[in-house]
Amino acid sequence: MSLTRMTTEREPGTPLTLPSLAPAQFAAPPGPEPVEAGPSPIREFLSKRGSGRFADSSFAAVMLVCALSIFAIVLFIFFILISRSKLSLTAFGWKFFTREAWDPVAGDFGALPFIFGTLASSFLALLMAVPLALGVAIFLTELCPRPLRAPISFLTELLAAIPSVVYGLWAVFVLVPIMRDNLGPFLYKTLGWTGFFEGSNFGVGLLTAGIILAIMILPIISSLTRDIMTAVPNSQREGVLALGATRWEMIRTGVLRNSRIGIVGAVMLGLGRALGETMAVTMVIGNHPNIGKSLFAPANTLASVIAGEFSEATGDLYLSALIEIGLALFLVTIVVNAIARLMVWAVTRGAPARVA
Amino acid sequence: MNKLPMNQPKPSAINTLRRQGMNHLVTVLSVLSTILVLAPLVAILVYLIYKGASSLNLAFFTHIPAPVGEPGGGMANSIVGSGVILLLASLMGIPIGIAAGIYLAEFGRGRLLANAIRFTADVLNGVPSIVMGISIYSLIVMRQKHFSALAGGVALAIMMVPTITRTTEEMLATVPHAIREAALGLGVPKWRTVLSISLRTASPGIITGCMLAFARVAGETAPLLFTALGNQFWSFKLNEPIAALPLQIYVYAISPYDEWHRLAWAGSLVLIVMIMIAVTLVRIFANRGVLKGAS
Repeated sequence: MSLTRMTTEREPGTPLTLPSLAPAQFAAPPGPEPVEAGPSPIREFLSKRGSGRFADSSFAAVMLVCALSIFAIVLFIFFILISRSKLSLTAFGWKFFTREAWDPVAGDFGALPFIFGTLASSFLALLMAVPLALGVAIFLTELCPRPLRAPISFLTELLAAIPSVVYGLWAVFVLVPIMRDNLGPFLYKTLGWTGFFEGSNFGVGLLTAGIILAIMILPIISSLTRDIMTAVPNSQREGVLALGATRWEMIRTGVLRNSRIGIVGAVMLGLGRALGETMAVTMVIGNHPNIGKSLFAPANTLASVIAGEFSEATGDLYLSALIEIGLALFLVTIVVNAIARLMVWAVTRGAPARVA
Repeated sequence: MNKLPMNQPKPSAINTLRRQGMNHLVTVLSVLSTILVLAPLVAILVYLIYKGASSLNLAFFTHIPAPVGEPGGGMANSIVGSGVILLLASLMGIPIGIAAGIYLAEFGRGRLLANAIRFTADVLNGVPSIVMGISIYSLIVMRQKHFSALAGGVALAIMMVPTITRTTEEMLATVPHAIREAALGLGVPKWRTVLSISLRTASPGIITGCMLAFARVAGETAPLLFTALGNQFWSFKLNEPIAALPLQIYVYAISPYDEWHRLAWAGSLVLIVMIMIAVTLVRIFANRGVLKGAS
């Protein structure tokens, strides 16, 4: 292709026009000039397809609009939830979140039992999932024989691909009977004195919901933690080992300390998922607004009350109260995400530079 | 592995014992926790395959649900309905998600606006699916006065967008600058560079991201509860309630009938197998015919 042609045919919008240099400079070297007379196929193809300032800027604009639509979606969710819950917002105000009453017949609503249920079940889930997830991540990165590593990672990631409703189905038919007949009585016998395992045990309740939540958030936390721990450079491990540390000391000082930022982030992500998890929890938590010490007692979370009662909500105030609960859930998850970010930011500032 | 010589003073020997004991304890705990984690997983999968496979039959794929009390019946309409909703969601969610990812990676790098959008995408990713459900209910279903397949599709599409955006951005960031510069140097306009060079080079990763988003929403029930609603009969109209596999599983799982429980297990197995097949097929597809080793 002849280079002179290339510069003369350049579209007006393309950058880098060097009119004074191009013909003289680039035509000079007596390279193997192609014989064909017309423009090269590439050049022809490109100019046929059209280009120029207009196409470029409109393309950028379309991409920008799509990106801005993410803003729009979040804002839209926020405003539509506010506008649809106006009735209950004006009726109860801020007290909505501190009132215990939930009486659809009398039109008396408060979100406290659901906030309690959400926090308690998520806390239980984290309590069970975080140590286990850390153990799995340590096993996979530091201890696991190489041939076992891939299958175990694959299996844990498979857990993440199972839909929530299938977890719920399994929980209803397997976990609930186990809780009712084996684990529940055992816990009552051994730990009944703490007061956490009292009352009648039907198999459904806070503890069952916590267990199924823990199973569901485990793969997220453990796979993220594993990725983070794998990113710790081997020189760190070797350095600590060379000082005479045992393997655990190496893991603690060389690996965990370096990856604590990311681990906090992973736990927060798991928490976010646990707070909003709906289907599996709805199926096993018992769906009764209740605040109590006993983990056997049925409860209700913000998400599960919406799933359970939204379709049968009669009356505008009832519906509006449920939407306000949705609004609360929406805001809480945003706050958890923001806190996770801020924590990471705060810890990163004080921490020594980490080689990713 | 780190035995100190035996002629060390006594406190140090005790110390060594303590340290090694701790080491063994942690090793054992770590192995135990792995077993404890894998146990429910294996239990779920084995139980699901056992229960599901024993209740699967041809009628499951060809019949619509039977009335209560009658044996037989299947979920043919739910399988098709799920397909319709997912197709709608993909048609809306994938282009927007990829375009937003392109903006973040190719146009907005380092800008405040891009950082804000990235943060918002992460936030949107964390919004619970049930909230998405009631928002779309408030927007579409309340206006139209009836549940519809379209509303379900929109809800799932919104859930797909942030995942696709973030993976697209990350994949585009791995495309070497030299390739882009080569294209620009040939006089290719920017939009064409992005579409034919960057996007194409990153396409295996982007397709995988789309598949992950797809697999995630394919099993979603909560956003469909108040949008697509479910349907016991055949329906292909986008304006009407439509059946979906996860919804049908939920309805059957909390029902008191053994026959329906059986169908719920079969439905779960089919749902999971369909998700796995979709993901694997596209993975295989994506690994072929695209520039290899470019990224």
